Amino acid sequence: MPEHIVPPKIYLVICGILLVLTFVTWGVALIDLGPWNIVVALSIAFCKATLVALFFMHVRYSPRRTQLVVVAGIFWLGIMILLTMSDYLTRPWLTS
Amino acid sequence: MSTGTGASVPTLGHENYLNVSYGVKSWLLTTDHKRIALLYLVSITLFFFLGGAFAVLIRLNLLTPQGDLVSAETYNKFFTMHGVVMIFFFLIPSIPAVLGNFLIPLMIGAKDLAFPRLNLSSWYIFNLGGLFTLYSIIRGGVDTGWTFYTPYSSLYSNTHVVATVVGIFITGFSTILTGLNFIVTIHTMRAPGMTWFRLPLFVWTHYATSLIMILGTPVVAITLALVAVERVFHLGIFNPALGGDPVLFQHLFWFYSHPAVYIMVLPAMGVTTELITTFARKKLFGYHLVAAASFGIAVIGFFVWAHHMFVAGVSPYAAMIFSILSYLVAIPSAVKVFNWMATLYKGSVSWATPMLYGLGFIGLFVMGGLTGLFLAALGLDVHVHDTYFVVAHFHYIMVGGAVMGYLGGLHYWWPKISGRLYPEALARFSAIVLFVGFNLTFFPQFILGYLGMPRRYHAYPPEFQVLNVLSTAGASILGIGYLLPMFYLIWSMRYGPVAGPNPWPATGLEWQTPSPPPPHNFDVTPVVSWEPYDFANRPDLKYPAPAPELGHFQPAAQD
Amino acid sequence: MSQAHSALAEQFRDLEQQREASSLGMWVFLVTEIMFFGGLFMVYTVARAMHPAGFAQASRHLDVTLGGTNTAVLICSSLTMALAVYASQVGRRRMLAGFLALTIALGCVFLVIKAIEYADKFHHHLVPGSAFSFAAPEARPAELFFSLYFAMTGLHALHMIIGVGVVAVLLVKAWRGRYTIEYHTPVEISGLYWHFVDIIWIFLFPLLYLIGLKR
Repeated sequence: MPEHIVPPKIYLVICGILLVLTFVTWGVALIDLGPWNIVVALSIAFCKATLVALFFMHVRYSPRRTQLVVVAGIFWLGIMILLTMSDYLTRPWLTS
Repeated sequence: MSTGTGASVPTLGHENYLNVSYGVKSWLLTTDHKRIALLYLVSITLFFFLGGAFAVLIRLNLLTPQGDLVSAETYNKFFTMHGVVMIFFFLIPSIPAVLGNFLIPLMIGAKDLAFPRLNLSSWYIFNLGGLFTLYSIIRGGVDTGWTFYTPYSSLYSNTHVVATVVGIFITGFSTILTGLNFIVTIHTMRAPGMTWFRLPLFVWTHYATSLIMILGTPVVAITLALVAVERVFHLGIFNPALGGDPVLFQHLFWFYSHPAVYIMVLPAMGVTTELITTFARKKLFGYHLVAAASFGIAVIGFFVWAHHMFVAGVSPYAAMIFSILSYLVAIPSAVKVFNWMATLYKGSVSWATPMLYGLGFIGLFVMGGLTGLFLAALGLDVHVHDTYFVVAHFHYIMVGGAVMGYLGGLHYWWPKISGRLYPEALARFSAIVLFVGFNLTFFPQFILGYLGMPRRYHAYPPEFQVLNVLSTAGASILGIGYLLPMFYLIWSMRYGPVAGPNPWPATGLEWQTPSPPPPHNFDVTPVVSWEPYDFANRPDLKYPAPAPELGHFQPAAQD
Repeated sequence: MSQAHSALAEQFRDLEQQREASSLGMWVFLVTEIMFFGGLFMVYTVARAMHPAGFAQASRHLDVTLGGTNTAVLICSSLTMALAVYASQVGRRRMLAGFLALTIALGCVFLVIKAIEYADKFHHHLVPGSAFSFAAPEARPAELFFSLYFAMTGLHALHMIIGVGVVAVLLVKAWRGRYTIEYHTPVEISGLYWHFVDIIWIFLFPLLYLIGLKR
């Protein structure tokens, strides 16, 4: 597979979006959204990470295999957090 | 196969990886995957006998109900060091780092692994980790159990926890780098014509194993690092008195350490598949299914870890989920066993030494696996948790499974590794000794555990003595079974009859090159044009045709 | 194939195969890094679920301005790294060296700011251990928070230091003209590493600095 050359303009745009999102996440943190604060913060962080991966790290232009590796990494982190939390989050059910 | 005699020692003429250069430096600075495999072989054999020495001490102490040999504290150190050395320094690297390292490039038709220098550094990292662990043994050992449960390990134990934990942390990186090397090699270095579904199952199982290595090992590394930091700086991450949570340690530890069992047994399954097909002279039954089952085991293996924690205070709802998920692992494992059986069916089975190990693997793995299902059952686990039933179960998987596979593989590929044959009769005898000794050692432990003898105690009620004596007697037979191969394999390196490139003969690409292989594995890059294990259609092997099939199953094409 | 490229290792057929292997190797390594940091994120998740109030209170003792500045610095360094990779792809040696130097500079700025923050925590007795002091009743959770703060940012900073070292080596080799249009894989895969370290910080910033801001 020949390598894909991303025009520098795209890098600049992505960098701009990332900086804006940093300010957005900062601003949102000042507002009390109850339990939704963490959801919003992590969603923004996930968007930023996705942008970095897709464009700076060229995942968007990479072979399917590379994309699979990335998805596998996220999937396994998900398994760890989800199944561990299945213990912690269901412990209070006993007492109620 | 006849035993070679000293009178007429045949020599190996061609240039190969063993005689291409000489001297300590040519070995310690080698980047040849075959030499690195032998370096690993030396290292893990030393650790195997070190771990075995602790096992001997444990079994000697348990000869009498009062545990007359050592004090309770010393006994705690014995079983801890036995577990740490055997698991992290023998079982995890055994098949992948020795046989996998040697064979994966040969099997896929590559000159070497993708990153040869990384491969060498894995071996150095492994030994560095081993030195830390040896240091802690020499300084008096560690007594937490190989599981390092907090807060005992991080707060109360007065033994050398930090040195051991740092040793395992370092060794973890050697595992990660080996797994990384295998994955990249299998993806990018296959010879022309070597498609994914022409790969030997040995390669498939190593791919699945490598997945576990790279996804699980970093988690246990960071967890043990946190234990060390917590112990040194008196932090409270896993200490309930300081606001932390000890069960969290167990979650993180078993997230790796349960899949780690599959790091040990999956490669052994790969070896067994090679052995069964070669010595049944038959195409593997259900190739795609067996390959998929390897992945099934690797993936589902990550969903089940909390079955080690049913009595540790986890939520019963989570426990139910983990119990059900644990049953799922049985499906791909059973798929493999049934496919081996179907492969043997109507094959022309011969009883060469590697085949004895292969068949031994299947039997012992089935016993270990089925008793694992007992333990996955929530209610029964509460009854037998932390008893010798568990000890017997995992020894059937790890020793009966992984070590049988390792020794079977070592015998099977020994002619390729050394270029020479071992004394067949002696080898068969020692395989049988091993099988008998193993069962005599560990079967009584099932009964002991079911009767309620807890593990990790240095003394026990007198009524358990008969079974414990049986177990110790079995262990001494088992010990002979391990020592014999070491002697005759070393002997054969010099005096064994020359094997030739393909002594069995087998279908894999590794048998197409001289034994021992030349430094770059193949004189000409091979081109693969055949299906795996296709014994019937390989006239190039000059293989005796399989016995004609009997009865009405005879396919029409062969009329 | 007449003459093998001097950068071609003997186990590979051609540079393309070598590039593929190196790139996949780096990606697989980054997956192990995800799981390595993932263990810490797991501990953070459980600890914070157990002590939400204590974590929020402790988080207020972090300097959001410095943390936010560092986020921006790191994002900009990712930009310069991406541009360095571009320069290597089009074979412009001086541009490559310039962007690599800029990346090193931004990495150092990040580390200096981090050091200032650490010094401040030492000064205010917020480093876990015997000298730790925090207003009751949240002292224990706060100590836990700062244990994780130092573990996570410390591990991240270690990765930054390694990254700066790697880019420095690239800079020297780039200046000597080692990287060409045909062969610049090291620049590419070091870039992947650098961006990954950036991504980790993108998650650390909201999880550590921003959880106590709302009143």
